[in-house]
Amino acid sequence: MPSLEIRDLFVALSATPDKPIVKGLTLTIRTGEVHAIMGPNGTGKSTLSKAIAGHPDYVITSGDVLLDGKSILAMEPDQRARAGIFLAFQYPSEIPGVTIANFVRAAVQARLAEGEDLDATAYYKRLYSKMDLLKIDRKFTSRAVNEGFSGGEKKRCEILQMAMLEPTFALMDETDSGLDIDALRIVAEGVEAMRGDKFGVMLITHYQRLLDYIVPDFVHVMYDGRIVKSGDKSLALELEAKGYDWIKQELATA
Amino acid sequence: MKPPSDLLAPPDALLESEVDTSVAMENPTVGIDQTAGDFTYDVKYAYDAGSGLSEDTIRYISDVKKEASWILDFRLKAYQTFLSKPMPTHWATKDLENIDFNKIRYYLSQGTKPKRTWDEVPDDIKKTFERLGIPEQERKFLAGVEAQFDSEAAYSNVKDIVAKQGVIFCNSTEALREHPELFRKWFGKVIPTGDNKFSALNSAVFSGGSFIYVPKDVKVAMPLQAYFRINAENFGQFERTLIIADEGAEVTYMEGCTAPKFSTSTLHSAVVELVALKGAKIQYITVQNWANNVFNLVTKRAIAMEDAEVKWIDCNIGSRLTMKYPGVILKGKRARGEVISIALANDGQHQDTGAKMVHAADDTTSVIVAKSISVGQGRSTYRGVVHIPKHLKGCKNNTECDALLINSNSRTDTYPAIVVRGDTHAVQHEASVSKISEDMIFYMQQRGLTEAQAMSLAVNGFVNDLVRQFPMEYSVELKRLIDLEMEGSVG
Repeated sequence: MPSLEIRDLFVALSATPDKPIVKGLTLTIRTGEVHAIMGPNGTGKSTLSKAIAGHPDYVITSGDVLLDGKSILAMEPDQRARAGIFLAFQYPSEIPGVTIANFVRAAVQARLAEGEDLDATAYYKRLYSKMDLLKIDRKFTSRAVNEGFSGGEKKRCEILQMAMLEPTFALMDETDSGLDIDALRIVAEGVEAMRGDKFGVMLITHYQRLLDYIVPDFVHVMYDGRIVKSGDKSLALELEAKGYDWIKQELATA
Repeated sequence: MKPPSDLLAPPDALLESEVDTSVAMENPTVGIDQTAGDFTYDVKYAYDAGSGLSEDTIRYISDVKKEASWILDFRLKAYQTFLSKPMPTHWATKDLENIDFNKIRYYLSQGTKPKRTWDEVPDDIKKTFERLGIPEQERKFLAGVEAQFDSEAAYSNVKDIVAKQGVIFCNSTEALREHPELFRKWFGKVIPTGDNKFSALNSAVFSGGSFIYVPKDVKVAMPLQAYFRINAENFGQFERTLIIADEGAEVTYMEGCTAPKFSTSTLHSAVVELVALKGAKIQYITVQNWANNVFNLVTKRAIAMEDAEVKWIDCNIGSRLTMKYPGVILKGKRARGEVISIALANDGQHQDTGAKMVHAADDTTSVIVAKSISVGQGRSTYRGVVHIPKHLKGCKNNTECDALLINSNSRTDTYPAIVVRGDTHAVQHEASVSKISEDMIFYMQQRGLTEAQAMSLAVNGFVNDLVRQFPMEYSVELKRLIDLEMEGSVG
C-alpha cells in the first residue's frame, strides 16, 4: 500500500537553518487514510507541508520524507508533484494571463510520457464533470488562475486541480480558511469524492468545523514543531471544547 | 531624463518636400514562406556591390537597377545626409559605435553565391530550426546556405486574387515602373530622408520592399504576406515598403516570420511608410527574429487621415540590437493610431522599442501597449513619444508599458516622453515592472511543471492579451518561440 512517511523531520527557513521550526516530527500516512493535523498558530503546520512539497524557502536539516519507501528529498518540487504529492495551498499564487483551463491542461500534459499528446476532447469532458461536481461555473476556466478570485474561488480552484491531477497524497494547508459554510461543504464534498484506497490526505486545520464534513481517521495535535498527541475524531472534539491550553499544560507537567 | 531626439523627433518636415519618381529597384524581398518549401529555383546571382559605402557604391547599385537619374540623385543626396548625421549615441546605446559601415555589403543581387555551408551554421541555430519544425529545404535558406528560396507560385496566386479587387501588390521596382503616379506621391513623405541617420542610409541604398495600393472602399479579406516574395539572400536588408489604403479601404500586412533568420549581413535598416486616407484601415504585423549578430535599425511610420485607423503590431524576439518605434501621424480629425509591442531580450540582446504618436488634428486617439521581457542579461528599453499640441481639442492617448524581468541581472528601462498642451485632452500613462515571483514558480512546479515550463507559462501569460491579437498561426508560433527562449533561462 502506498505510504508517505515522515521520519524525525527537522525543518528550518533556508535563511536561518539553525532555527528549526519543525523539530523532529514523525508521521506515516497510508492511502485510504485522512490525517488531520491541528494545533495553534505558529507551530509549524504550514512549514511541514511546504517542506514536503519542496518549497525553496525551507531547508530540511535532518530526518527524511519517504514516498513508498523512497526518499523524495533530492527531488525537485515538480518531480515530487508528478510522483503523486499535491499541496493545496493556503494562499495560492496568481498567474496573470494563464487561464485555469490552460494551466490544468499543462499540468496534465506534464504527467504524460514524452511524445504522448493530450486528448483535448476527453480532457475538457473530464474537466467539466469535475467542475459540475464542485459547482463551478463553466466560465470559470477561462479566467486567469487565482487572479481577482475570492477566498472561496481560490480554494475551489485548488480542489478542482486536485481532482484533475488525482494525486496519491494530498497535503491540504488550511483549506477551510476564508470559506463560508456553503463553500466549505462544496470543498469537503470534493475531497470526500476522492476518498478511497488510492488516496491519502494530510489535512491541516485550525478548526474542528471542517472535520464535520471530512471525518478524519486520525487526529494529531502539533505543538512547537512536533506531534504531541494523536487520537481519533474524538480528539478534535475535545480540542474544540477545551482549546489547546490543556495540551500545553500536559506537556509542561510531563 | 532628456527627451530623445533624432529617431524620435516630431517630423515637422512632413509632407513638405516633393520628390520626383519614375523607376527603381530590382530585388523583391523579406520573409519566409512557411509552406512553399518545394518552390526552389537555381538562380544565378549576377551583381554584388562589394563591401563598404561610397558614392561609387550607390552609383553602382543605381546602375545595376537601371534607375532613372532622379533616383540616383535622391540616393546621393540621402548619402550626404547620412554622412552629416552623427550616431545618435547621445540618447541611444553606445553599441551603435560597433557598426563597421566599411565591412557591410550594401547590395547583393542575384549572382552572389552564399559563402556558407551547412556545416558552418552554428549548432544552436540548427537546433532551433529543428524545434520549430522548419522543413529541411527552408532551414538551409534561413541559415544563408541556400541563396534561393522562391515562392513565386504562392505569391502570384495571392497577387491574382487581390488584383481582382484592383489591389496592387508587388515589389517596389515594379511599382515605380508601372504605377509611378501612386508611388511618387507618397515615397519619402511619411518618413523624410533626414528623419534619422538610418532612414538616410536606407534612402541611399534601399533595395527591395513591398508596394501595396488598395483602391477606394476595397476591403482585402486575406492578410497580405511579405514572405510570398523572396528572392535574394539579402532580403529585407535595406527594404523600402510603401502601403497606401485609399479612402475607406482596409488591408492587413504581415512581415517576417517566427523562424530565426540567420544572415551574413549584420546591419538591417528598413523604412516602412503607411498611408491611410480618409476612413481607411491598415494593420501592419511584424514578427522580427533576426539572428543575434544583427543590428536591426528600422524606421516605421504611418499617416492617418480623417477617420482613418492604423494599427502596428510589432513583435521583436531576435537581433543583437533593435531600435524601432513605429509611429502614427494623426493628421485628420478622429484618426486613430495604435501600437501593440512585444519585445523579448535574451542574453546579448538589447530590444530598444516603443512607439511614437503625433497628434495633428482634433479628436484624434492613440493607444500604446508595450510589453517587454528581459531574460538573463538581456536588456529591454521602452521609448515612447506622445505629442499633442496646444491648438488641438479632444485628443486622447492611453499608454501602457509593462516590463517583466526574469533573472536578477536582467535589465529594463522606460523613457516615456509625453508632451501635452491644451486643456481638453485626456492622457493616461501606466507603467509597471514585475518579476516572476519564486512563489508563483513554486506553485506551478507543485502542479508538475518543470521550472522552465513554469517560466514559459508565466511569460506566455504576461503577453497573452497581446499575442491574442496576432493571427492564429503567428500566435501559436510565438508561444513555441517563447518556450524555446525560456529554456535556457533557468538553472
